[in-house]
Formats: sequence, C-alpha cells, structure tokens
Amino acid sequence: MGILKKALATAAVATALMVNAAAAENVKIAIVVKALGIGFFEAAAKGAEEAAAELGDVEIIYTGPTDTTAEGQIEVVNSLIAQGVNAIAISANDKDALVPTLQKAMERGITVISWDSGVAPEGRQMHLNPSSNALIGNTIIKLAADNMPDGGEVAILSASATATNQNIWIEEAKKVLPNYPGITLVDVVYGDDLADKSYREAQGLIAKYPNLKAIIAPTTVGILAASQAVADAGLIGKVNVTGLGLPSEMAGAVESGATVSFAIWNPIDLGYAATMISYNLIKGNATAAPDAEISMGRMGSVKLDAMNEGAMSDPFTYDASNIADFKSIF
Amino acid sequence: MTLNNSTGDVTGRIIPDRMRSSFARVLRSWETILIVVAILIFVTNSFLSPYFLNAWNLSDATFNFTEKALIAFAMAMLIIAGEIDLSVASIIALASTAMGLAMTAGAGVPVIVLTGIVTGLVCGVVNGALVAGLGLPSIVVTIGTMSLFRGLAFIILGDQAFNGYPKDLAFFGQGYVWWVISFELVLFAICAVIYWALLHRTTFGRAVYAIGNNATAAQFSGIRVDRVRFLLFLLTGLMSGIAAVCLTSRLGSTRPSIATGWELEIVTMVVLGGVSILGGSGSIPGVVLAAVIMGLVTFGFGLLNVPGIVMSIFLGLLLITVIALPRLLQRK
Repeated sequence: MGILKKALATAAVATALMVNAAAAENVKIAIVVKALGIGFFEAAAKGAEEAAAELGDVEIIYTGPTDTTAEGQIEVVNSLIAQGVNAIAISANDKDALVPTLQKAMERGITVISWDSGVAPEGRQMHLNPSSNALIGNTIIKLAADNMPDGGEVAILSASATATNQNIWIEEAKKVLPNYPGITLVDVVYGDDLADKSYREAQGLIAKYPNLKAIIAPTTVGILAASQAVADAGLIGKVNVTGLGLPSEMAGAVESGATVSFAIWNPIDLGYAATMISYNLIKGNATAAPDAEISMGRMGSVKLDAMNEGAMSDPFTYDASNIADFKSIF
Repeated sequence: MTLNNSTGDVTGRIIPDRMRSSFARVLRSWETILIVVAILIFVTNSFLSPYFLNAWNLSDATFNFTEKALIAFAMAMLIIAGEIDLSVASIIALASTAMGLAMTAGAGVPVIVLTGIVTGLVCGVVNGALVAGLGLPSIVVTIGTMSLFRGLAFIILGDQAFNGYPKDLAFFGQGYVWWVISFELVLFAICAVIYWALLHRTTFGRAVYAIGNNATAAQFSGIRVDRVRFLLFLLTGLMSGIAAVCLTSRLGSTRPSIATGWELEIVTMVVLGGVSILGGSGSIPGVVLAAVIMGLVTFGFGLLNVPGIVMSIFLGLLLITVIALPRLLQRK
C-alpha cells in the first residue's frame, strides 16, 4: 500500500506541475464537429488553424465523434472538460441533448460557443450562423444581377412550396429586388428538391420565357438540375444558372459555363471566425451579450441579436477562379 | 427468483458454474487477464495524460459506460442462456419517448421514471413472448423489434424532440450521491452485486447456465426452460428501461435517434467480459471489468484527442486479443 500511495502522490505532483506549465503556454480552443472525416468540417479545421497561426498563442484541438450522435459528442466534450481547454466551439448533432454537458463545461470556466449547427441558448454563450436570411436573399439576386448588365428577366426554381428556409430566402430576395433596377422576377416554380422534377421545371421555364436571362435556385438540388437543363438545351451563355450549391457538385457546371458563379457558406471562414470569437471571449476582449460586437479578424465583426446569435457574412461566391480549390473540400 | 425443481432431490445434478479452482487456473482465468489489462490501461493512461488521475475527471469517465453496463448485466445472462437481445437500444428510444409523452401530459418525476421502466418491461414482455412463447429464434425476433421499437419512437417524434423535463429528473443522470460518486455509478455497483448474486448464487442462475449448455437436457432435468427465457427477456427490457431513465436524464431531452448503435457496444462489452457468445459460460465480474476497461479506453483516448475511429480499432483488437489469449495459453 505504501508504494501505491507514494506512486499516486508523485503522479499527483507531476500532474499539478504539468497543468501549470500548460496553462502558462497556449490558449486551447477545441473545435468540435458533428463527425470526423467530413470534408466541410475538415475545411473548417483548416480555417481554425489559420486563425491560430495569426493569433500565435493558440492551440487548436480538432475533434469529434466517429458518427453523428449526440452521445458521441458528449463523450468528446467530457474529455475536453477534463483536459481543461479554454474554449469549446461546437457544431452540435443535437440542439438539446448537449445542453447539460455544455453547461457543466461553462460552470468549470470554459468558454462555450456553437457554430454552423446551434445549441439551445442555455447551453452556450453565443451562436455563430454562417450567414443570415437577409444576406442570403440579397446574395442570390446579386449573383444574377452581376451577370446581367442590361437587366432582364429572371425566374426562381425553389425546393418545395413549403420549404421554410427557401421561402424565407425568396421573401428576402423579393424585398431587395427594387435595389436592382432592370431586373424583373417573372416566376417562382418548385422542383421539390427532386432532381428529375427540378430538371423538368427548369425546362418549363426556358420554354415559357424565351427572354429569360437567369434561373436562380436557392437549393443544391435545384441549381444542379437547372444547370443541366440549360446545358442540354444548348443555352449556355444565354441563360445563366445561379443560387446556392455545393462546389463538389457544381464544378462541372462552372467549367461548362452554364453557371458563372454561385454561393454557399465557406467552411474555412466559418472555422476561422469561430476560433477568433472564442479567443476574444477567452481573453475578455468581448462578452457574449445581446447587441455586443465581437471581432472575427479578417472576417470583420459579428453583431449579436437578442438570442446571442450572430451571422458571419454574405455567403461566399464560387466561380471559375476558385472552384478547383473547393471542389475537393465539400 | 429461485426456480423450484420439481424432481425433488437435486444433489449431484447441479451443474457447477465454475470448476474447482487451483491457483494456476485462477491465474489463467479470464477475469485475471481482464484485471491485468485494466491495470495496464490505467497505468498507461496515467503516464500519457496529466489529466487522467483526477477524481472529477475519472468520475466523468464513468458516465461513458454505466448506462451500457446496466444492460450488459442482463444481456450477459441472456447470452449465457444461448439467446440474444439486439433490440435493447431501440427499447431505450421507445422508453425515453414514452417518458417524454408522460412529461407532456404533465406527469411528475416519479410517474415519468415509472413510465420509462414500465415501457422497458413491456418491450421485454413482447420479446419474451415471441421467443419463449412462440419458440422463434431470438436473433430474428429482436432484429425485428429493434426496427419496430425505434420505428414507433420515430412515428411519435418525427424530427422533433422532447425537452423541458422537470429539474428533479436530472438527478438520475447528472446527480451525485456523495462527492464524485454519481448516482449512475452507485446504481451500476448495486446492479453488479444483484446480478452477481442472481447468476452465481441462485438456482435461477444455475438454470441459466444449464440452458445455455444444453437446453434439451435442462428441459429434461425439470427446468422450465421457456419460463427462464421469458424472465431473461423481461430483465433485459427492465434494464433497458432503467438505462433509458438515466440517459434521458443525462441528456435532458429525447430524440428518436437516442442511443443509436448501443446494442453492439453492449454485446461487445459482454463478450469482452468473457461470456461465450455460444452460451453456457461467463461471469458478472468479467462483465464489470470489461465495462470499466471500455470506459477507461474511451476516456483515455479522448484525453489524448485520438480520433474515435482509432478507438474503435483499438477496442476491436483488444476484443480479439482477449478472446484469443486463453486459447493460445491452452495450446501450450
């Protein structure tokens, strides 16, 4: 027993020493993702590393469970609490189930923020959305307008008529339409996020409106189907397809010219911004409270609303100049 | 829980649940190997991470295995009897959903807890009736009920979640009895003792071994095989219900995807604990050790931020090693 006690005491002293040494060195920020091995999140980790390099005294711990379960993320968060990290920035698999564990983390003095996929307000200090409905609505119209110097007719190909996100974005887009003189929205059709139905709806638009200059699809299924329909109709250069899409799926359309540019959030920026915000909260440069403005380095600053939520930026624009870099990421 | 043997005098007919022990045999026993592995992992972890030897951290680590271990005890007895229950994780989902419904209906904490446990029992009755009553193979039945129970949870909840459980419910999954000793850890210890006594110290336990070794022979020795099987399914249902209460309390919410994939982790725990997957042998102390080992490995790797997939590979290798070791030693 004596030996065991001695060993334990030695270990305890060693532990204390090592903890102190670590605390004097780096700020440890954990980027917790839904699951490891997903391109989108690997890219976010790249952005986090970029922020760490810029800040100098930051160590990034990029981690997550093997599959997208809340139970798996809880195990990961528990081990991060045990390591005494300074901040946990999480994209949650479950908005509610992580709350008790993250509350425990906050009780032990750890800064907790969510990004991408949020946690209920009581389980985090703030949430960073990649963008906002208003910014998305504006971006999809702007992308079409940028390639229509003389104005003209545009149509929207959406998901289903009841899709909450798409309907809000279309509403926001209609609100900013007066800011783009010469652009007229002639129709909104619904492809139900089915590839074949979206394709047929796009064909219908082309047949119905001979002067159509652009199809805007704020859905990844719709934009892909519409660019295919335009290419098949031999109208590349005449009808431009734009909206929200995934670089990996849209690379072909950008190459063929059916799509000049499209948008979606940039995971690298998101990881970068989450790291910057965590750092500023740890260092006391900012506090997460309604109306607070928190700096995100090169991404500007985020303004929090009443629920401590903020939007990072406009969706990021992808075109021929950068699609090759991003198509392998997500 | 004793099973009356209608043949009257049973002396000499009892099947021993372990052989007469000699020192060499104890050294070579599965439990000894597991203890050595556990100590090795504990020491390695202590050296690798400065955060490992901390009472609170170790206490947090126990949550990684306690709920699964509760079910593993009942599962061990079931597998020893030559059956299996793959629906346990789905029972958790359904029981947790039922708790959510009770909460929505305005029930208090005792009723919510009771709802979870009773739902587990009912699921156990369904499995038991199909296997013991109709004589269907348990692996097929429970693959079916695995989809059925979780399917019901999905129908009730869809993509929604139950949250807003009463604050007092949090005790079962987040509460501490004394200092760092959590309620779940105490429950784990109590259940370990109960199941140890049930399997190793009662005639019911002996009946379980007898059935696992030779069900027909057991039947002819007067053991009511189907009744024992039915009760075993009832026990796994009951333990899944109890685990559902703990997990729901720990998560503070219910989603139909709760505890996805746990059935395989629980079976792994049981097999790692030295229970023969073919039935007939195994012990509760082995399962306890396996649970602790799996918890220590998960937590230790977590502290080093080793990706989860490496953890799975390690657990797989550990499982194969521990199973292969006794056979290799025997060959010598």
